[in-house]
Amino acid sequence: MSILIFLDQSEGHIKKSSFEAAAYGSAIAEKMNTSAEGIVFGKTNDELKSLGKYGLKKVHTLEDDRLNNFDDDVFTHLIAEAATSLNATVIIFSNNFNGKAIAPRLSVRLKAGLVTGAVSLPDLSEGFVVKKNVFSGKAFANVSIKSAIKVISLNANAFKPVEKEGDAEVVPISLEIPGSRVKVVKVDKVSGEIPLAEAEIVVSGGRGLKGPENWGIVTDLAKELGAATACSRPVSDSDWRPHHEHVGQTGLAIAPNLYIAIGISGAIQHLAGVNRSKTIVVINKDPEAPFFKAADYGIVGDAFEVVPKITEAVKKMKS
Amino acid sequence: MPSSNTFLSFYSLVSSRLQKKNMKILVCISKTPDTTAKIAFTDNNTKFAEAGVQFIINPYDEWYALVRAIQLKEADPSTVLHLINIGPADADPIIRKALALGGDEAIRVNTTSTDDYYIASQIAAIAKENQYDLIFTGKETIDYNGSSIGGMVAELLEMPFISLATQFSLNQNMATVNREIEGGEEVDEVSLPLVVSCQKGMAEQRIPNMRGIMAARTKPLNVREPIEAATLTEIVSFEMPPAKSGVKMIPADQPEELVRLLHEEAKVI
Ligand SMILES: Cc1cc2nc3c(=O)[nH]c(=O)nc-3n(C[C@H](O)[C@H](O)[C@H](O)COP(=O)(O)OP(=O)(O)OC[C@H]3O[C@@H](n4cnc5c(N)ncnc54)[C@H](O)[C@@H]3O)c2cc1C
Ligand SMILES: Nc1ncnc2c1ncn2[C@@H]1O[C@H](COP(=O)(O)O)[C@@H](O)[C@H]1O
Repeated sequence: MSILIFLDQSEGHIKKSSFEAAAYGSAIAEKMNTSAEGIVFGKTNDELKSLGKYGLKKVHTLEDDRLNNFDDDVFTHLIAEAATSLNATVIIFSNNFNGKAIAPRLSVRLKAGLVTGAVSLPDLSEGFVVKKNVFSGKAFANVSIKSAIKVISLNANAFKPVEKEGDAEVVPISLEIPGSRVKVVKVDKVSGEIPLAEAEIVVSGGRGLKGPENWGIVTDLAKELGAATACSRPVSDSDWRPHHEHVGQTGLAIAPNLYIAIGISGAIQHLAGVNRSKTIVVINKDPEAPFFKAADYGIVGDAFEVVPKITEAVKKMKS
Repeated sequence: MPSSNTFLSFYSLVSSRLQKKNMKILVCISKTPDTTAKIAFTDNNTKFAEAGVQFIINPYDEWYALVRAIQLKEADPSTVLHLINIGPADADPIIRKALALGGDEAIRVNTTSTDDYYIASQIAAIAKENQYDLIFTGKETIDYNGSSIGGMVAELLEMPFISLATQFSLNQNMATVNREIEGGEEVDEVSLPLVVSCQKGMAEQRIPNMRGIMAARTKPLNVREPIEAATLTEIVSFEMPPAKSGVKMIPADQPEELVRLLHEEAKVI
């Protein structure tokens, strides 16, 4: 028996959300008295043995140029083979774009019950019950997985890794790589930016900022905080900001430690994408803005005056 | 946005000559509470409280999956477009609403199960029977937030799956699909048959017109009984998140105080 964690990588580096998945899988392994093992495909530049600090005993690697690009078809096949040969009973993914493409496929392949968007460790007192987000962050469901093999995808920032001592053993795994049915013709990535889905701090702007030319106050604060930037739907609909920054019901759902909303009214569809944030700060000139009801800290004021002062104050605090 | 509409109609013209004839498309439609519905639970927190809640077509299914499929049919009227819902009879009004937007007929598989594997098995069974070239789902249901059905259907049918697609075009049997990836986008080429989960970018929301609404009344809505299939999961209970303790207001001229609180109290910076 073992717990298998899919370690997702981008440009040779294991993603932060995979560290969380590794730590989560290790914590489940501890509960179930078994070992947690990771699997990574393609060429990586990271020191994989250091994944031991997230509790992994082993990391299985399959380095092959055909695997540098994610392919749900091929990866499903490989993970299913690995899971069977390692006798894995629980398989863990991050609930990110790749996890969403692959976990459902694997679930069918192994006839393993799937819970996506898990937010805490499973309750093993009566069966195997996983808590997940439902109703776009407005509630949780406790879902019992009844099959022998289980697949879970973990929400970003839902499980904080505690670092441990010890190294993971890095072992190549040999698996036959099937042909791919999907040809990737182009990849466009904004590199250097903090991926919004994984960011711990997010600074977000709404229609209150009046136009794209005013975004400097948002990006300056984000830069000072090491944060990612986001926006409300009308902002991306008007092409003030790129579409991948749109958060909410119809955009990305995020759960950073800190979400700073500037000039956003806090419509229910916007809140649906951000209400799982641990701490919410709202800056709005209208004291009646609905967002204040969902906030932890609020400032009533003109964003153009308040935000640069906050950026200054952060700078001061850091020095 | 006028520019993108012009582009779309131009695009439709081009694609009508490129699209395969007599193509069969299936769009998966689910029923969800309205985005503004109050979320509460009954029966000892085991059931969603439906009283007074308005139900809608899941926005991703309606705005993106269905509208893009309708555009493909508009580009080549020989295209056959079916809609499918897995659920009890109370889904019929939203199925009719979907038919008012477009599509030739709908299939509803009559069951109350909410297990993803079970639902996907029902969709796959109908798909096998009717041999669709293309199956569209939404990105996720806004109530269960599974984002699972598309991938499951693809695997059950042994078809390729493109998740979270933002653009889709066809050249005979070959689809070109843009999909969202972390911090960017990828363009894939893949041949039909194919399953695609759709999100923002695929199409623009449409409002059904009177002609569509009238036509939908007489379009076939075939009710089928479910096939045998396993259920692998079960919702045992629901919970509401703990209530926020209330907002702490900070005067606009004291930004240092906000920064101090975020650092010392919330410990997030
Ligand atoms: C089905 C559906 C799905 C939707 N999905 C989404 C979604 O995913 N994401 C999303 O964001 N929206 C979504 N919406 C839209 C949503 O309902 C709101 O219309 C939208 O969130 C409003 O954006 P906003 O807060 O930026 O703009 P507004 O509502 O116009 O708010 C602007 C705010 O800025 C404040 N302001 C103005 N000037 C200043 C200033 N100088 N300083 C400080 N504050 C100022 C105003 O007081 C106001 O509160 C959806 C709607 C529907 C119907
Ligand atoms: N009961 C259902 N009937 C038909 N299609 C469904 C059903 N449930 C989900 N779907 C489709 O699958 C997509 C993803 O749903 P989910 O995996 O539940 O988040 C939805 O956007 C729909 O297109």
